[in-house]
Amino acid sequence: MRAAIAVAEADPSLKVALISKVYPMRSHTVAAEGGAAGVKKPTDSLEYHFHDTVGGGDWLCEQDVVEYFVSQAPVELTQLEHWGCPWSRTADGHVNVRAFGGMKIERTWFAADKSGFHILHTLFQTSMKYPSIKRFDEHFCVDLLAEDGRCQGAVVIEMGTGEFTMIEARSVIIATGGAGRVFRESTLGGIVTGDGMAMAYRHGVALRDMEFVQYHPTCMPVTGLLFTEACRGEGGYLVNKDGYRYLQDYGLGPLQDKPKNKYMELGPRDRLSQAFFFEQQKGRTIQHPTLGAVVHLDLRHLGEAYLHERLPLIYEMAETFMGLDPAKDPIPVRPAVHYTMGGIRVDGRCAASLKGLYAAGECASVGIHGANRLGSNSLTELLVFGKVAGVEAARNAKSSSAGNSASLLKQAQAVEQRVMSLKTKPGGSEKISVLRKEMVQSMEEGCGIFRVEKTMRATCEKLSELRERFKNINIEDKTSVWNTDWLTAIELDYQLDVAQTMAHSAINRKESRGAHQRLDGFEQRDDVNFLKHSEAYYVAGGIPRIAYGDVKITKSQPAARVYGAAGEKADQERKGSHV
Amino acid sequence: MSDTKKIIEIEVLRYQPESDTEPHLEVYKVPFSDDMSVLQGVQYIKDNFDGSLTFRWSCRMAICGSCGMMINGIPKLSCETFLRDYYPNRVRVEAMAHFPIEKDLVVDLSGFIGKLESIQPYIIPREARSLEQGEYIQSPEQFNAYIQFTSCINCTLCYAACPQFGLNPDFIGPAAIALLHRYNMDSRDGAAEQRMELVASEEGVFNCSAVGYCSEVCPKHVDPANAVNINKTNAAKDYFLRFLSPKGGSK
Repeated sequence: MRAAIAVAEADPSLKVALISKVYPMRSHTVAAEGGAAGVKKPTDSLEYHFHDTVGGGDWLCEQDVVEYFVSQAPVELTQLEHWGCPWSRTADGHVNVRAFGGMKIERTWFAADKSGFHILHTLFQTSMKYPSIKRFDEHFCVDLLAEDGRCQGAVVIEMGTGEFTMIEARSVIIATGGAGRVFRESTLGGIVTGDGMAMAYRHGVALRDMEFVQYHPTCMPVTGLLFTEACRGEGGYLVNKDGYRYLQDYGLGPLQDKPKNKYMELGPRDRLSQAFFFEQQKGRTIQHPTLGAVVHLDLRHLGEAYLHERLPLIYEMAETFMGLDPAKDPIPVRPAVHYTMGGIRVDGRCAASLKGLYAAGECASVGIHGANRLGSNSLTELLVFGKVAGVEAARNAKSSSAGNSASLLKQAQAVEQRVMSLKTKPGGSEKISVLRKEMVQSMEEGCGIFRVEKTMRATCEKLSELRERFKNINIEDKTSVWNTDWLTAIELDYQLDVAQTMAHSAINRKESRGAHQRLDGFEQRDDVNFLKHSEAYYVAGGIPRIAYGDVKITKSQPAARVYGAAGEKADQERKGSHV
Repeated sequence: MSDTKKIIEIEVLRYQPESDTEPHLEVYKVPFSDDMSVLQGVQYIKDNFDGSLTFRWSCRMAICGSCGMMINGIPKLSCETFLRDYYPNRVRVEAMAHFPIEKDLVVDLSGFIGKLESIQPYIIPREARSLEQGEYIQSPEQFNAYIQFTSCINCTLCYAACPQFGLNPDFIGPAAIALLHRYNMDSRDGAAEQRMELVASEEGVFNCSAVGYCSEVCPKHVDPANAVNINKTNAAKDYFLRFLSPKGGSK
C-alpha cells in the first residue's frame, strides 16, 4: 500500500493495480501492536539505531541498507503522521516514543498498542485519495508472468467468482508479508502463507536467510496470540514458577529497579525465547493444567489506569480470551512463531534478480534484520522500503516497453489450466487439512527455537513426503464462487515450498546465530564459514539448492553479541576505541 | 487440550449460489474445549466435515475485522465469541444480516467499501506542512476529540445491527459516518465542510432512527451512534447557518 502510494505520487499517469486476497485493511500488519522504530529523541542518534539493528541481527545485516533505513525511518514516520496516523503523544502535543527490546534509547513510535492497525488503516484510507490506484480486493494471485527475463504481470483469481484475470505490468511489487503459518503455534493470521515468496522463488529468485524464524517470547499458549513487547517496554516482568525474574540468569542482568534499555525484559526476542526453553529444561516453568508449560508476564504493578491507557488491546485480549484481569493476575505466556526474517532476495533498492520485480516488507530480504529482527523495526521497514519499491517500480515502468500481450496471454492460460486442474482432476484422496497439520507439526519439531540435525533431517524428509502427497489431494468443493477449499490448497502448495527453504537452509547452517540456534555441536557463531547469507533456489521436482552470498559490512565489525551489564561495558569500549 | 471433549451442536446457515435456490440451516456436532471460539468451531467443520463451508477470517484476535457473523441472531466477531457460553444449547451461526449473501457466511461488502471511499477518509490538510517541519502538534484535547473514532476495524457488525440500513441499503451507515466524523474532528484536517454535504444528503445521517444498537454491538467501543448524533446536530446547524451566511459552514 505504501508502494502503491509512492507510485501514484511519483507519476499520476502510471496505472497501479493493487491486488490483495483480502480487503487491504485485513492484512496482518493490522495485528502489529507495539510500534515503529525511528530516531526521535535528542539523546538518540542514527548511529545508535544502526548499531542496535546490526548487533541485534547478529551481524548478518547489509550494513549499507541498514544505514539508509535508519536515516529514512523518522522521515517516513513523520509522513505517516501527516497522513493522519494517530501516534500517541506527549502532553505538549509531540509524538511520544516508548522503549523496546534491544533498543538502546526509546525510539518506538506507537499508537497505543494498535500501531499496526493504525498504520494499515491510515495507508488504506490515504490510498483512496489517488485515482490512479485501482484496487483488486479479494483477488488471489496465483502466479507471476515473466518473459524475456523480465517480470511482466500476474495472474489473479477473483475470489467471489472464481474467474481468472491476467494483469499486464511493466513492474511488479510483491508485498505479501511473511510465512509463519507453516508453523503450528504462531501469532499470525490465517492469510500469512508466504504466497509472494513462493511465487518469486518458482521464478528463480532466491529466498535468502529463510532459516531465521523469530519466536516472540510472550504469546498466548495454544492460540499463539501476541502480547506485545510493549508490555515489557512499559515495565512488565517475566517470572518463572518461583516468581523469579529468570532473565538475569541468561546474560541480561543484573536486575534493575526500573525498566532499563537492553537489560532483562528489554533484551532481544531471540534471547528471551531461548531463555524460556532453558527454564523449561530446568523444570522452572509453570505447568498449567490446560495450557502446558508457561511463564508469567506480570503487569500488575503497572496499575489498571496505566494499562488501559498504554495497552488497551492487551487488556481486552487477556480479559476476553483468557478470562483474567491483567491488573490483578499475571498472564501465562510462552514463545510462538512471529516473524520471517528472510525472504525474497532484493538489493537495497528493493529490486529482485528478475528484472521488473520488486519486493518490500516481511516477504522481502532487503537485509536489515539479519539473523534476528529487533521489535518495531519491521513496521518502519514496510514504510521505508514500501516507498523505495514504489519509486523504483515507477522508474522502471517508465523506462521499459510494454510486453507482448499475445504471448503473455498464452502463459496466463497455461497458469489457469494448471491451477484449475487442482480442482478438476479426478481421484485424489489426501485432505488439505491433514497435510497442513502434518506440515506445521513437523516444522515445529524440526525448526523450533533450538535445532538439531536429526529432527531437521526428519522435517526435510517429511516435507518431501508431503510434496509427493500433495499431488494426490482431493478438493471437495468443485464450485466457482468463493471456493476457499481450492484457494487453501493453492496456499498449502506455496507453504510447502517456503517450508522447504526454511528447513534446508537451517540444516545447512552449521553454526548458531540469532534466531538459528543449534544444540548438536554447532552452539557457537562461526564467522569464518557462516558470516554469509543463505540463498535457497528452486529446483523443479526436487529439494531447494542452498548457496551462500556475502554480507555487506561497512562500519560495524562482528563482535560478541552481549546485553545487560556486559553489553553496556562493550558499548563503552567501542566508544573508547573510536573516539 | 484435553481428550474428553464435550460436543456442541452448531447450526450453520449454508448457501451455495450455484446449486441452492435459497439459504438453509445445517447442523454439525462439534467436539469442543472451553477455550474454543465459534470461529474455531466453524473451522473444525471445514477441516473435518465439509471443506466447502465458506467464511472469512484471519487474525483470530478481533482486530482484522473479517469474521463477523450473526451468532444466535446477534452480530458478533466469531473469533472472540466462545462456544462454552452457548453449551449445552445449540448455537446458530448465520451470515451478517442486511447484506446480500455471496456464499454460506460470506456477504457482499462492496457497498460498504464504496461508502468508505465516498466520505474522503483521509487528511485534507487545514494547513500545509513539510516533512522537514516535523509532525503537526496536537494538544491532548485535540487528540481526544477524534481518537475514539479511529478505532473502527470495519467489521460492519453495526450495519448488521442497523434497522435503517436494512430498509435502505444506500444509507451511509454507522461505521462510515464514524470515520467521517473522525476526520472532521482531527485538527490536522480542514475539509469538514466538503464532507458535510454527504452528511446532510439523502443517504446521510437523517436516515438514522436513533435505535443505538450499532454502538451496542461495536466490538471496539467506537460508539458510532454518538458520531451519527453529533452530525445530525451539525447538519441541522449547517442548514440554518446557510440562511445567515452565504458561505455556510459548520466548523
